Amino acid sequence: MRIKGRVWKFGDDISTDLIIPGKYKFKTIDFDELARHVMEGADPSFASKISKGDIIVAGKNFGCGSSREQAPVVIKHSGISIVVAKSFARIFYRNAFNIGLPLVESKDLPDYVNTGDVIEVALSEGKIYTKDRTFDFKPIPDFLMRILEDGGLVEHYKKRGRFIWETQ
Amino acid sequence: MGMTLAEKIISMKIGREPSPGDIVVLPIDAAMAHDGTAPLMIKSFNEMGAKSVWDKEKAIFVIDHISPSSNEGTSALHKMMREFAKMHGIKLYDVGEGICHQILPEKGYVFPGGVVVGADSHTCTHGAFAAFSTGIGSTDMAAVFASGKLWFKVPESIRINISGSFRGNVTSKDAILYVIGKIKADGATYKSVEFTGDAVKSMSMDSRMVMTNMAIEMGGKTGLIASDEKTRAFLEGRIRVPFKEIAADENAYYVDDLEIEAGRLEPMLSCPHQVDNVRAVSELEGTPVDQVFIGSCTNGRLEDLSMVAKVLRGKSVKVRTIVMPASKEVMLGALREGIIEELVRAGCAVGVPGCGPCVGGHHGIPSPGEIVISTTNRNFKGRMGCAEAEIYLASPLTAAYSALNGKFTVPKEVV
Repeated sequence: MRIKGRVWKFGDDISTDLIIPGKYKFKTIDFDELARHVMEGADPSFASKISKGDIIVAGKNFGCGSSREQAPVVIKHSGISIVVAKSFARIFYRNAFNIGLPLVESKDLPDYVNTGDVIEVALSEGKIYTKDRTFDFKPIPDFLMRILEDGGLVEHYKKRGRFIWETQ
Repeated sequence: MGMTLAEKIISMKIGREPSPGDIVVLPIDAAMAHDGTAPLMIKSFNEMGAKSVWDKEKAIFVIDHISPSSNEGTSALHKMMREFAKMHGIKLYDVGEGICHQILPEKGYVFPGGVVVGADSHTCTHGAFAAFSTGIGSTDMAAVFASGKLWFKVPESIRINISGSFRGNVTSKDAILYVIGKIKADGATYKSVEFTGDAVKSMSMDSRMVMTNMAIEMGGKTGLIASDEKTRAFLEGRIRVPFKEIAADENAYYVDDLEIEAGRLEPMLSCPHQVDNVRAVSELEGTPVDQVFIGSCTNGRLEDLSMVAKVLRGKSVKVRTIVMPASKEVMLGALREGIIEELVRAGCAVGVPGCGPCVGGHHGIPSPGEIVISTTNRNFKGRMGCAEAEIYLASPLTAAYSALNGKFTVPKEVV
């Protein structure tokens, strides 16, 4: 799986309250509506600036705070193809793969790129290419990769009739 | 090698010693979703084509976040939960019952050695009862509702040892804010945070739950405290399984150890807009306050309300002060002890048991530029519904004294 797109850069500790404020998520699960507020707490005009396939690059602890799955879903629904961050909060990490949004951890890339740069992420090879450099990342665990390839946990279960961890 | 508390609980479930980093599949003893997460859980559950809930006694819904509903959209989501609960025969705690993390232990869903998952990040609270307890998302919860099992990575453990005794004006909230200031917002990511030491041992269950509740604010997977006679006293008559005392082995391995002398701590604040931005109350003393909120799954319990009532007894608050008991049981206890009357007479607005203004979804929303002292667990920008408000997290004691004076006040001891 290779993903190429334009970078939108954010800092450290982007909480789920910044990704989708609680005041919206309690009212609806209509993601056309919720996606209009994606990243609103960090950049109020973000939803109107992005295009399909764009990439979020952020610092450490991306997705910290509440367990709301609406956070990775609004990111995916708004057209963002992947999030690359120095690190992720653990509930957000699980949720993202479960809903089919790929995440990659890279300690070095976020300091190297800026908003507007174009990068390419080669998920299975564990490499990120910028116009003049290549960054390695630790490959995504195998069984999360399989959930992702099926399009998320719901699709995975529909396709296979059982959860991947039930085979253990 | 001995086992940490997290490893010990997991070993009891899988019948062998786990190693940190292992992926294990655990049977779930209690699974909870609330009005912020259940609607998406239901959507995933139905889309998966799952037919029934794996165990009707172990699956729980709670309507606590926007409770009672403030708008038609939320009301429709609440209705969706009630219909699902009815169709599948699971228990739903409706408006007025209280906050999920208070209800679960009160109603006997949590016990030492149990595995509890909640579609809420503060599910780590239940580690105060030596249960392996962690927050998950809605789709993971749908998988649990369908199958009764979930995968986990066995966490490494950090030990926070608090020795000695606290000064009279220092509470467990001040201790946990201090710890978060040291470990920082992501210092315990993926890890189990174990609290030990005589200061923890001497805490009430109400106080212990404050410590474990905030483990997630360091990124922790769970917060854990060994079970003892206090755990037993709380759970007696509530749980349906035999009580167990569970503690870590003395030779267990911790990736990090933090030693704290309780007697050196002073009242603390978490300052905008990060929970790990921690300072002493004394540094901000005198700063005017616009709103005080006392409540939440962190500090809305009987011990907290009782402490606040002692400070406010026979006096009047100078700023608007909102109090929400954590549950119906807490509310009833506070009514019996005359606490509610004292709070109302002192000028507090006492509301329906539930999450209240903590998550900024329905009421108690501050206006731009206002300063809020809150006994909750998060002060992220926009958390209480207004991105331009400044939220400071504090103990109920600091909140009560600050309400009384209308400005940040270092609390005095309450006898």
